[in-house]
Amino acid sequence: MTIDLKTVKHISKLARISLEEKKAEKLADDMNSIFEFIEKLNELKTENVEPLTSIAETTLRFREDKITSNNIREKILKNSPEKNDDFFVVPKVVE
Amino acid sequence: MSEITSLSLFELIKNIKEKKISSNEVAKSFIDRSEKSKKLNAYVTENFENCLKLSKDFDNKPNFDLKLPGIPIAVKDLFCTNEVRTTAGSNILNNFVPSYESTVTQNIWNEGGILLGKLNCDEFAMGSSNETSFFGNVQNPIAKDLVPGGSSGGSSSALAASLTPVTIGTDTGGSIRQPASFTGTVGLKPTYGSCSRYGIVAFASSLDQAGPMSKDVKDSSILLEVISSFDKKDSTSIDFKRNNYSSDLTRNIKGIKIGIPKEYRVDGMPDEIESLWKKGIEYAKDCGAEIIDISLPHSSYALPTYYIVAPAEASSNLARYDGVKYGLRSSGESLIDMYEKTRSEGFGEEVKRRIMIGTYVLSSGYYDAYYLKAQKVRQLIKQDFDQAYNKVDAILTPSTPSSAFKIGEKSNDPVSMYLNDIFTVPVNLAGLPGISIPAGTDKNNYPLGLQIIGKPFDEQTVLNIAYSMEEKINYKNNITDWWMQ
Repeated sequence: MTIDLKTVKHISKLARISLEEKKAEKLADDMNSIFEFIEKLNELKTENVEPLTSIAETTLRFREDKITSNNIREKILKNSPEKNDDFFVVPKVVE
Repeated sequence: MSEITSLSLFELIKNIKEKKISSNEVAKSFIDRSEKSKKLNAYVTENFENCLKLSKDFDNKPNFDLKLPGIPIAVKDLFCTNEVRTTAGSNILNNFVPSYESTVTQNIWNEGGILLGKLNCDEFAMGSSNETSFFGNVQNPIAKDLVPGGSSGGSSSALAASLTPVTIGTDTGGSIRQPASFTGTVGLKPTYGSCSRYGIVAFASSLDQAGPMSKDVKDSSILLEVISSFDKKDSTSIDFKRNNYSSDLTRNIKGIKIGIPKEYRVDGMPDEIESLWKKGIEYAKDCGAEIIDISLPHSSYALPTYYIVAPAEASSNLARYDGVKYGLRSSGESLIDMYEKTRSEGFGEEVKRRIMIGTYVLSSGYYDAYYLKAQKVRQLIKQDFDQAYNKVDAILTPSTPSSAFKIGEKSNDPVSMYLNDIFTVPVNLAGLPGISIPAGTDKNNYPLGLQIIGKPFDEQTVLNIAYSMEEKINYKNNITDWWMQ
């Protein structure tokens, strides 16, 4: 299987990363050599194997549904690249 | 007394408790040496002034019951530190100042440790040579223009160069053990779930673990005892009875069964690694261990599995960097345009490559063929270890397939870079504890490490084997301070 330029561009859209044409070509090459290496997994028959999703064999814990931190609005907004008093600011999304 | 910076953590603690040296003297010594070692590029952010102040505070009101009384410690810049910049080696977090503290670092400060600074690392811990950091290459103190390993490369460099008495790293596929091996130091990746992931910048959440890095095994046991804790804030933190790793440390490993996996004799492995491994087996026998040949049949599938699982989880974790809530923002004409430009300018090449791979293997139509397949193979890899542990208590392997390489040597070939982690990655996939200890040198006099892998939650046996082998190996780093001339 090979990953072509069109696929790379499609994936970059899904990943929300803009790509220059030249970089896309290099990335296609890199991805192909990595996938060539990954294809090795097809040697194994795995129909009857349960997937391992987490190594921590515990059921997720519940916690009480209550607020544990108060008045951290300022702290949360502090690192925002653009904000007004109470909100994160983003480019306009509706015309 | 010998120079402060050459003392082990254990000796520093002892001297401080006996009031032979003050916390402030210790802090000054490490800061002074760090100031003279800028060429190594080990630090991303220095916390020297604050460290001096806090060490004076400690001396004015000392508490010698603490496990790290007034000990200055620099940490990998992947741990969020309250009010101290945390970059994860990335441009996208260049100006990020957390308003909270990671549990692992908080545990260190609670026991009297003092933050010395934040250490360089591969961007989002993705790399094996510290060459993907936005803040530049790190030099290995062993020799000029040699990589210190990665991703905890600033940590291994600072430790080997005695800029910090001990340090902590994170290990997703070998990022503690491989840099330890490259710098002649000790690095331990604990069992998945031992150390809280809360406040660690996430890479691949089912694999990430924090762990100690130190000059000897005893120091790692002291630091592990401090950082390992059950934490409600991490949903995969495991509540198990933790040992007093340092006081339970013993060199009595008589009768312990150590497995030698035949599949780790990989094609093209240099003779010096093979002979190091053989020597390691002899050392283990000398310590009273019983050596047993074992098989881990799916070993060769570990790296391809890792390069599906880790990028998939990374692409999901790194979706949060969107230029809105924190981090870099590039200007764009629309919201989507802003996202795409921010992420394109904020992330480096390796991170983008992994996000792309991860997005691809999770994308519609490919999920079963790649991600699900990899999770199934991950099960087989874990079962290999489960079966081996019916026969043995621990496993001995080389840490890496080679010694440290030159800066730039492998940076253009991702697959050859990935092969560095061939012996460390299976341990992360199976969630096991593993330690790398220095065990010898290659023909260039560069350090080589041996890895001891244990049963889940059995860090103590791993440490004990390492502790007794360390005594027999008697390895000493030859650091010439070349970067100071």
